Amino acid sequence: MNENQNRNDIAVSCTNIRKHYKDVQALKSVSMEVPRGEIFGIIGPDGSGKTSLFRILTTLILADEGTANVDGFDVVKDYEEIRKRVGYMPGRFSLYQDLTVEENLNFFATVFNTTIAENYDLVKDIYAQIEPFKDRRAGKLSGGMKQKLALSCALIHRPSVLFLDEPTTGVDPVSRKEFWGMLKKLKMQGITIIVSTPYMDEASLCDRIALIQNGEFLTIDTPRGIVAGYPNKLLAAEADNMQQLLADLRKNAVSKSCFAFGDKIHISVSDDIESRLIVSGLTEYLVDKGHKNLLIHEIVPEIEDCFMQLSQK
Amino acid sequence: MKQLMSFVRKEFYHIFRDKTTMMILLGIPVIQMILFGFALTTEVKNTRIVVLAPTYDEASERIISRLNNSAYFDVADRINSDDEIETVFRNGTARLVVVFEERFGEKLRHEGKAHVQLIADATDPNAATTFSFYASNIINDYQQDLMGATSNPYRITPEVKMLYNPQMIGAYNFVPGVLGMIIILICAMMTSIAIVREKEKGTMEILLVSPMKPIYSILSKITPYFVLSCINFASIILLSVFVLKVPVTGSFATLTFISLLYIFVSLALGLLISTFASTQLAAMLMSGMGLMMPVLLLSGMIFPVESMPYWLQLISNIIPARWYIEAVKAIMIQGLGFMAVWKEIAILTAMAFVLVAVSLKNFKVRLE
Repeated sequence: MNENQNRNDIAVSCTNIRKHYKDVQALKSVSMEVPRGEIFGIIGPDGSGKTSLFRILTTLILADEGTANVDGFDVVKDYEEIRKRVGYMPGRFSLYQDLTVEENLNFFATVFNTTIAENYDLVKDIYAQIEPFKDRRAGKLSGGMKQKLALSCALIHRPSVLFLDEPTTGVDPVSRKEFWGMLKKLKMQGITIIVSTPYMDEASLCDRIALIQNGEFLTIDTPRGIVAGYPNKLLAAEADNMQQLLADLRKNAVSKSCFAFGDKIHISVSDDIESRLIVSGLTEYLVDKGHKNLLIHEIVPEIEDCFMQLSQK
Repeated sequence: MKQLMSFVRKEFYHIFRDKTTMMILLGIPVIQMILFGFALTTEVKNTRIVVLAPTYDEASERIISRLNNSAYFDVADRINSDDEIETVFRNGTARLVVVFEERFGEKLRHEGKAHVQLIADATDPNAATTFSFYASNIINDYQQDLMGATSNPYRITPEVKMLYNPQMIGAYNFVPGVLGMIIILICAMMTSIAIVREKEKGTMEILLVSPMKPIYSILSKITPYFVLSCINFASIILLSVFVLKVPVTGSFATLTFISLLYIFVSLALGLLISTFASTQLAAMLMSGMGLMMPVLLLSGMIFPVESMPYWLQLISNIIPARWYIEAVKAIMIQGLGFMAVWKEIAILTAMAFVLVAVSLKNFKVRLE
């Protein structure tokens, strides 16, 4: 692949990005490459550096070290070019609350030298849902509607790359699902989407994901690839006294690590021994400890298990 | 151009939809003018005086009635001994005590010479000087009348003529001052807050990630407040002409021109402040407190610039209000035209350019 082709196929790339605020190292040597037309998820807990990375890529702040390119342009040198062609939806709702839905969309269309009519086909699916409320002030919309309006405003100039910083935080589960459906449609239109989220269950909806913690990427792969790379066997256990169960499991030498996951405890154990043997061994150990209604069985790991395992290293 | 228009329209929406703020911005100048015009006057009116006249005679009674009949004084009380003078001041019965010597009328008639003592409460030195000056004048008048009969060949009578403001009306002095102060404070505060609000609400974050040009964003912030300030200017001038009776004796066109220029300078100053402040509160403190003191003290509004120490005079040069107030005095009170204030216009124009240039340079194209 020659240099030129590379430039055209890669929508976003960054190499060894570092960023610190006073005494906090927000990003420690982050590198990634996102091909065109991909939904790329950056997944990690609050404070892991997601927003800093987004702000560097959208030219809002400067990295201490490293280079980054968006749509073939350097984020420092060609920031004005990048600003013309990306769409950005910050984590906090950042539209004008005292302007109506329509005025907001109109304003952002004009700022980007376009009109609502020109790109209406792109935002139609999303905007149609809030159009009945177009004369309502943006500040008076519900969380899900605000999010749709913000997405419409970020899309109105038909960006080539869309940056969505935690778009589903604080949005109800139904709207979240709907939202991911919209992203899939946008992807079909050829828009590259970089999306961050603290929800691990949204990871599987991305083409590829980067798991981030404390300013470092733990891994970058497809959701399947990450799950396939899980090195251990995983068991789920439940019993009447969950707190005691967690404590007892942690004391047991067989379990490499145990975490509470909702109403179950996930235990990762060595891949070398047959799972049937481990389950019966653990059951015996726990019954001895006096646990009632014990239930242990092998499960397929999810992204969150992988995240836990990777962040342990 | 379409982009700019859209920006300006958005700014108008922001202002018109925030009715409380708009009412405050339009109300402040009116309230201030009325306050300054009626309450905070430095003119002497109805000052309470107490008279100590040990001997009842025609001459002293004539003087007393002249004092009482003037608009400046009211005889509140009469006392009979020196001991009471102290009490009169302590109780606040009077701010001036007029003491006639014993046998005042008799001495005046026979010896051709008698004494009156004026004892003033000089807690407020300016007022004390003014009303004791008025009192001496009234007494002198009486003396003149007496002398009219017995002509004295050698007499020098200075004839003082108060130009431009013959009645010494205080409003003539403070209207230009208040105009200069209100415009700069309100304009600077409005624009500085408007920009910082975008930073605080996070909308600046989206605006930056767009092809918006800094100059557009700056101009669009200035435009609506410029309109609002013109309304303020009009209401101040109307109040001053029709309520406070301070006429615009000079060229109204020049006054309007320099006022619009001054409004622009003040708005640009607000822009500059907004590039430093990161919260609305900080912007408000910087533009309110930070400007209030220098404008109040160094613009010549209260204290004449000529009587300041040299280094303060130098500082006062960079205060736009100083030049504006000087020009407004020349136009409104002295009745001069454009030629008399070209220097002030030139200075304000230069300030406008510098402020806009520095704000543009300081405009942060990134978040930090």
